[in-house]
Amino acid sequence: MATATTLSAGRRGRKGAGRKGDSLFAIFAALSGVLILLVLAWMVVSTTGTALPVFSSQGISFITSSEWRPGDGQFGALAFIYGTIVTSVIALVIAVPLSLGVSLFLTEYSPKRVKGPIGYCVDLLAAVPSVIYGLWGVFVLLPIFLQPVADFLAKYLGFIPIFKGPASGLSYFGAGVILAVMVTPIITSLCREVFATVPDSDRHAAYALGATKWEMIRQAVLPRGRAGIVGATMLGLGRALGETIAVALLIGSAVRLDTSILRPGYSMAAVIANQFQEATGDHIRALVGVGVVLFVMTIIINMGARALVWRFNRV
Amino acid sequence: MSKRRTPALGTDRDAVPPTGEDSGHWAGGRMAPGLSLAECRPTRRRVWRNRRNSTLVLLAVGLTMIPVVLILYQITAKGIATMDWEFLTSSMPFSFRREGGGFLNGLVGTLIMVGLASVVSIPLGVLAAVYLVEYGKKNWLANLIRFFSDVMTGVPSVFVGLFVYTALVVQFGFGALMGAAALAIIMMPIIVRSTEEMLKLVPNELKDASYALGAAKWQTILRVILPSAAPGIVTGVMLAVARAAGETAPLILTALGSYQLTAKLWGAPISSLTLAIFDGARNPFAAGQARAWAGALELLIIVLVFTIVARVVASRSRISR
Amino acid sequence: MNDEITHLEQEEAGVSSLAAVAARHGSEERWGFAAEQQGFAEQPVFTVRDLSVHYGKNVALKGVSMDIRPRRITAIIGPSGCGKSTLIRCFNRMNELIPGARVDGEILYHGENIYAPGVDPVVVRRHIGMVFQRPNPFPKSIYDNIAFGAKINGYKGDMDELVEKSLRRAALWDEVKTQLKKSALDLSGGQQQRLCIARAIAVEPDVILMDEPASALDPIATVRIEDLMQELKQDYSIVIVTHNMQQAARVSDETAFLYTEVDEATSARWGILVEFGDTGQIFTKPRDKRTEDYVSGRFG
Repeated sequence: MATATTLSAGRRGRKGAGRKGDSLFAIFAALSGVLILLVLAWMVVSTTGTALPVFSSQGISFITSSEWRPGDGQFGALAFIYGTIVTSVIALVIAVPLSLGVSLFLTEYSPKRVKGPIGYCVDLLAAVPSVIYGLWGVFVLLPIFLQPVADFLAKYLGFIPIFKGPASGLSYFGAGVILAVMVTPIITSLCREVFATVPDSDRHAAYALGATKWEMIRQAVLPRGRAGIVGATMLGLGRALGETIAVALLIGSAVRLDTSILRPGYSMAAVIANQFQEATGDHIRALVGVGVVLFVMTIIINMGARALVWRFNRV
Repeated sequence: MSKRRTPALGTDRDAVPPTGEDSGHWAGGRMAPGLSLAECRPTRRRVWRNRRNSTLVLLAVGLTMIPVVLILYQITAKGIATMDWEFLTSSMPFSFRREGGGFLNGLVGTLIMVGLASVVSIPLGVLAAVYLVEYGKKNWLANLIRFFSDVMTGVPSVFVGLFVYTALVVQFGFGALMGAAALAIIMMPIIVRSTEEMLKLVPNELKDASYALGAAKWQTILRVILPSAAPGIVTGVMLAVARAAGETAPLILTALGSYQLTAKLWGAPISSLTLAIFDGARNPFAAGQARAWAGALELLIIVLVFTIVARVVASRSRISR
Repeated sequence: MNDEITHLEQEEAGVSSLAAVAARHGSEERWGFAAEQQGFAEQPVFTVRDLSVHYGKNVALKGVSMDIRPRRITAIIGPSGCGKSTLIRCFNRMNELIPGARVDGEILYHGENIYAPGVDPVVVRRHIGMVFQRPNPFPKSIYDNIAFGAKINGYKGDMDELVEKSLRRAALWDEVKTQLKKSALDLSGGQQQRLCIARAIAVEPDVILMDEPASALDPIATVRIEDLMQELKQDYSIVIVTHNMQQAARVSDETAFLYTEVDEATSARWGILVEFGDTGQIFTKPRDKRTEDYVSGRFG
């Protein structure tokens, strides 16, 4: 029995092995924790160091120019930065309303019997690996949804610059849609947590004044959750910014910047994944540099999101 | 203030204030003598808005369920068509065009790399969490570790791959160990944070009982605290493993991928199930694409099994988040 | 002020056993059921007829019948768990928010059954306001808290005026008149509760239900709430649940005593109405032994 061994070990330990064991163990544990800090620091140093030659040779044009010609030693990553931002924005525009709807459904509307299965399904969506999203996106979503919708938008709304054709399913739009599907479970589960903390008495207060269900939600549930919703959105944004494979397969891999979302483009993570295997020398350094820019963007968004969510939790 | 109050006359559109007071107009109905509650309805606008938003919410749920159902259904359907014993047990054929063959090289690669990554990240992650809960608690170091662990979980996995490339691959070449290193870096913060949550739930009475019997701290941790939090820790670990098994981008940069079945740990590129699927997705030939679907089914089964078992373990031991 | 009820009228009106007992003892002050001669405002506000509440398979309340008079304070007392909250929440159909809840019997509000099929609970709740045990202001400004109920019910008059009027009636105006935009959550507990009362008043109900309104407040705040209730009863009918007998004795005009009945065989428990009458009588000359035991503190 554990008690007996602990007892005898303890008696022995009091004098020698226990004390020494304690300090050794404590040191190991602390070192494991510090390891994370060291790895992170090494991460920053190593990548920035590798990319430094390209940063210095390109200067600020690395992020302001969209001329990316590895053969000529020209490395301007603006097209990729632009594509990352555009696809993420498209993803949020689609995912945030969907997530709000689903999470409100799960906390306010759904009968108990349905709540479990649907919540489960949404969480399962979060576990699906991104390469599978990419595969499905290319072979299923593209022909039956992305291309037809893109064609439709270009045909009827093509006078608006962002919808200008010729439309391609493999585009910012396509990548944005698949990102939306991937990011919705994250935002939903966070919003669910937020709404679940609203005490029932608040809801009852609204009902007791003769409010309909939607009036109650607007008055008692949504205001309390505002900080949490924004934090959840930012965390979703962070995930969307860094998503590589699904975007690489659906964004069209065009090294250019286009104002129309229905045209192919590129994102930072996607260009790294796609061009890495054939790249050499400075090209690789430039790709590492792109990674560094991506890292900085993601870190800022994520730290902002955590700060918001932490503040919400404290309240 | 002893005014007599009689309910005002009211219908949907007009209202007369009670005697002696001006209560303004109420567009909603009010009860009155001669009027019944059943005749007082909330305004049509309110009812409509309520219904419209309920419909929108349901629509959102429906739209979100469609990808879930579609993905699961189609991967199963298309994957089953190609998946057979040959697929599970053989590697890529020499030419993409050819039918047959399988992703065994990928499967083996995934098993090796995820296995190696787990062997490293699980003990270290659990130890780090032990430090946070039992030793550091709220001191500056613990807070720093917590904060940066959170930061690490948000780092794009492709960047982790870039890092391992610049730090290790440049020196030692592509290989399974490199891939495992990248996966370990991805897994560790997840394990640290989830284990920390579980360790915090271990009741103090349990620890006190152990100390009171004369046990040293490290013995208490190993023999009492960890076993008590074990189901929760296992849950977190399994979810981290499932995540690692599904990663592709970092492996592109560290393991590179290969069509050969190999078990070499370093010096030679190695494939993973995810890399094989990624290749298949970009493959113009039907046979290659068919293999990709089967691979996707294989990967999905592995990941879902781990995820679902993790949740079952969590709910069985009634661990609350 | 003696009863003019004939036995015939009793049967017609479906009067509860309590009223029959009252008629028997003849000491009850009864209002006339000859309603036609009196104004609308003199009929009982509520007539509860054989009310039973089930949560799933469990019975919570059985066979409650009573009348609530207008512009009085009616207290509902009883040991904990006897269904007081369940009962009061029946009056504004708040029990329906709990999944699995079922209500049998009738509650007539000014003669109309609020549980009738055609009646929308949203309408019922607007006319019958509620103040809860723990103050629960919305996480918005004081002004918005009060304006909310008015806005959704389509108030077309001067909102500022309504807010001021409601706050004055709730004896809160002087304390917050310069800070209407401040968050309601910054107020003290007692102030929050008065804000909740103001909020309920703003939609011009004619009944205010109070479910242990002062139990979460300190004694000074409690006294202010009790004083406020005395003022409010001139314009509203008030029903209050309280576990504090002294409070019930101080504040109410009539009292209903609820008690738990147990089925020996199944050990199921539910609440029943044991006695209902004038507060003075309940506390000094209770008719039922259980009432007497409770009010004399033999159990609580």
